Amino acid sequence: MCALSELETGRDAQVVGLRADHDFAQRLHALGVRIGRTVRIVRRGALNGPLQLRIGTTDIMLRRTEAALIDTHPATVGV
Amino acid sequence: MKRIALLGMPNCGKSSLFNRVTGASARIGNWPGITVDLMRARLLIGAHMVEMVDLPGIYDLNGYTDDEHVVRDFLGSQPVDLLVLVVNAAQAERQLRLFLQARTLGLPMVVLFNMADEARRLGIGIDTAAFTAHTGIAAHRISAKFGDGVPAALARIGHQLGDADAGMARFDTLADADLEHPLDQLAHHAIHAPPTLSVQHSDRIDRVALHPLLGPLVFIAAMALVFNAVFLLGAPLQEGIGSVFDFLHSAVLTPLLAPLPDWARGFLIEGVYNGVSTVATFVPLIVLFFFLMALVEDSGYLSRAAFLMDALMSRLGLDGRSFVMLVMGFGCNVPALMGTRIMRARPLRLLSMLIIPLSLCSARLQVFLFIGAAVFPAKWAPWALLSLYLFSIAAAVLTAWLFRKRFASREPFALELPPYRLPTARHVLLRGWHEVRHFVHRASRFIIAGVALVWLLTHLPVGVDAAGTASWAGQIGSWLEPLLSPIGIDVQLTLALLFGFVAKEVMIGAMAVIFGQEGSALGDTLAQHLSLAQAYSFMLFTLLYTPCLSTLATLHSESRSLRFTALAVVWPLALAWGTAWIAYQGLRLVGG
Repeated sequence: MCALSELETGRDAQVVGLRADHDFAQRLHALGVRIGRTVRIVRRGALNGPLQLRIGTTDIMLRRTEAALIDTHPATVGV
Repeated sequence: MKRIALLGMPNCGKSSLFNRVTGASARIGNWPGITVDLMRARLLIGAHMVEMVDLPGIYDLNGYTDDEHVVRDFLGSQPVDLLVLVVNAAQAERQLRLFLQARTLGLPMVVLFNMADEARRLGIGIDTAAFTAHTGIAAHRISAKFGDGVPAALARIGHQLGDADAGMARFDTLADADLEHPLDQLAHHAIHAPPTLSVQHSDRIDRVALHPLLGPLVFIAAMALVFNAVFLLGAPLQEGIGSVFDFLHSAVLTPLLAPLPDWARGFLIEGVYNGVSTVATFVPLIVLFFFLMALVEDSGYLSRAAFLMDALMSRLGLDGRSFVMLVMGFGCNVPALMGTRIMRARPLRLLSMLIIPLSLCSARLQVFLFIGAAVFPAKWAPWALLSLYLFSIAAAVLTAWLFRKRFASREPFALELPPYRLPTARHVLLRGWHEVRHFVHRASRFIIAGVALVWLLTHLPVGVDAAGTASWAGQIGSWLEPLLSPIGIDVQLTLALLFGFVAKEVMIGAMAVIFGQEGSALGDTLAQHLSLAQAYSFMLFTLLYTPCLSTLATLHSESRSLRFTALAVVWPLALAWGTAWIAYQGLRLVGG
């Protein structure tokens, strides 16, 4: 298991836990980040900037501090 | 009359649908108990006269932002005959969450799967028959952008309106609704998506647009392109309009008004007509500017700008959205201020609202285009303008940095990066048309009254030299002189600044009245009257000093705080004076 913020760029991972507060968890759900979904970091912003994430057909950006609240299980086979 | 409310998530294409269906007939509407403006339009659907309301795009009916409150307040206080839920088909498995929430409201509903064309390219199919079988709610596939499926959807809406009784939304079961399990069920039945998606061309563009080094260069290049295009394409249009006004002046107005007494002719021609016509020659430039901004905005590029700038903005106590609002403010500060409603934390919202009025809006652009063209050599003018945009951003950055401790906040930042889209000509043209109407509206309210008042101030008491030291205008100017002469602003320009507080569009009109000239003759006079240092100092002061009356009213209504509004007036004024002083004294040292 690893925090989403630590996930290797370009590697698929399954969301296994959200440690966000209620409101932010709701927002993440609305953007498609839910337990069981596959997520990937497309790129990391320069100067410790936000992460570009891909969940299904939706791309979102999320700061690294918030991504640290999402637990993932990286896929064993790289893509 | 029946009422239809359009509901949907951001990036679902709801406004494209609204524009397609209602065309140029849309107006800003007011409703009792709803403090914000929503777009509405009257139209005929089937046999029904319908009022269609475009609600703000929201992620969550249960959510916490001001936009989400607006939607709940509207649906809870206004009877609605039919709720039309717009879903981005390409993101249906996620956006149907809003459908599941909306279903608990107990309102008659139709679901439109928009961007069906884009979804098909991604290999995503929506089975509307299965959707209806599963939920009991009618659904259609449409493309609001190209119009496919829209007539059939409207026919369905007309049909549903026949059976519907207007009702008020109920919110009692909203909070308890289980969304995750039904969402999976619904997606399983109605959405056919391939397991992995082909690489989209958005990815290829993003490789450059979001590149750590190329990205910021692309942003600056895009903005520089916009400004240069405004200059290049706008100048001939402006001359054309100018000559039409000149012709009207000499061939129509002068003979027509000849029988009037001198003072009345002076008031009508040198006051109202010169003022308004000088301002009106800028309409093509502004429309062009909004066309280009609409292109940038509709393409999906702005959220990339948010991505690029978030690292910097977070160090200023803001986030990437604040930067996007700042760029939106280049068009007009008022909608940009309203755009901060998507922010939840109040300090973050206030800090964003404090910096937005510093962004160089299209009204200020008019002033700078005019003075820049009149006073600066032609090859310098675009760069002088670009430098003002950079000053505008620098002033915003400085302000945020200085006030970041006072407005400290901690809001999680999550924003969608929609795929790049080619805007349609229709949508861009419609935007331009709305801007022209907006200008005419402001012209009728502020500009005519403003220039008329300037004429009176410069010509009263009776018998004084126009705009001379004995006139009321001259007296006001000499009171303020000790304050403004250190930054090179003289009596005449002071009066233009006073009126710029009402609306920046009035400034050029006011100068036309003060100097008794219009168009290029006014430009020549200004070139003789002002040194480069004075002109640049005046432009900097105009850029940063108090926001216009509309912006001020919006600041107050959105912040609901007099103290904050006062800060948003006093701070920019101080910043403007300081910046103009440094620039003026500095330029004089180097001989400008």
